[in-house]
Amino acid sequence: MADASADDLPEEVKGWIGQARYEEKTEFPIEMGYVLTTCSATQNGNPLYWDEKVANELTDGFITLPTMVSVWFRPHDWSPGRTEPAVPLQLHFDLKDRLGLPEAVMSDNTIVFGEPIRPGDELTTTQILYSVSPLKTTKLGTGRFWDFGVRIVNQNGDLCAEERYTGFGYNRG
Amino acid sequence: MAAELLSGDVSVGQEVPPLEKDVMPVTVVLGAMASRDWRPQHHDYMFATNNNGVQDIFMNTPNLAAWFERYLTDWTGPKGRIGRIKFRMKDSVFPGDQMNFAGKVMGIEPATDGISWLDVTIELTAGEKSCVSCEARIAVPDDAGANPWKLKGDDWKP
Repeated sequence: MADASADDLPEEVKGWIGQARYEEKTEFPIEMGYVLTTCSATQNGNPLYWDEKVANELTDGFITLPTMVSVWFRPHDWSPGRTEPAVPLQLHFDLKDRLGLPEAVMSDNTIVFGEPIRPGDELTTTQILYSVSPLKTTKLGTGRFWDFGVRIVNQNGDLCAEERYTGFGYNRG
Repeated sequence: MAAELLSGDVSVGQEVPPLEKDVMPVTVVLGAMASRDWRPQHHDYMFATNNNGVQDIFMNTPNLAAWFERYLTDWTGPKGRIGRIKFRMKDSVFPGDQMNFAGKVMGIEPATDGISWLDVTIELTAGEKSCVSCEARIAVPDDAGANPWKLKGDDWKP
């Protein structure tokens, strides 16, 4: 259910609230290479990611680190035919544009984890706007807070994670 | 890494063993590349200093999330399963900083099938800077036969 939102929003933005939008699929099947590189980068020796015997025993085979969930949706830096840079969290940028708030920061990020993501999975993500606040003035400037989520499901329809973000779009004071 | 943390080993107010890590340029760059974050402020000194107005390249958020996960599972062992994590970013981590992770158990709650939830707060500091506050909820077994990773569907309610 959508949270309470300001009633002075453009009708277009009001129509976004509670709607699943921007469906997007991963650009490549999930694989262990990035998992091991992440473990190496963080010196993480958890045998779930290094030892297949442990993975088979505890998680019925290799899984990926839960906190890597956003990694799988970050676009390639370059790909053939692309003319515009790909932007993650398109909803956030569309809100800035439609509400005339050129600056923005993210204040909070919460991730709730569900079914583990496994090598070979093909994931789908959608973005859902939950609420947009009335105009508020902070030390950054005058603007609006928005609360939105990103839902990630696997090829079986299992919910793997939901990320919740609070953004603040503003004009500099 | 701990062999296996059981819920009975833990009490409210208990501190999670601290972790210290000196940050080098490669810590920042390798973490950014591993998390597919190609933005130049995480690998290009001139861009970071000229465009972002900061002192150096700095750690990206997804990589810091992986560091928090490593910190928690170093403590719990491989059966520790994170259910929920919340971050509040407050300051940047640069090469030359020493990251200090310090956690405390704020709550213990029975779940299901011999599993309990631990609610943990973690502060990441670097010298005098408070860089990230984190709240995490992680499932651990009550006994050696239980395994949080086996919970599925409605039994997994983080």
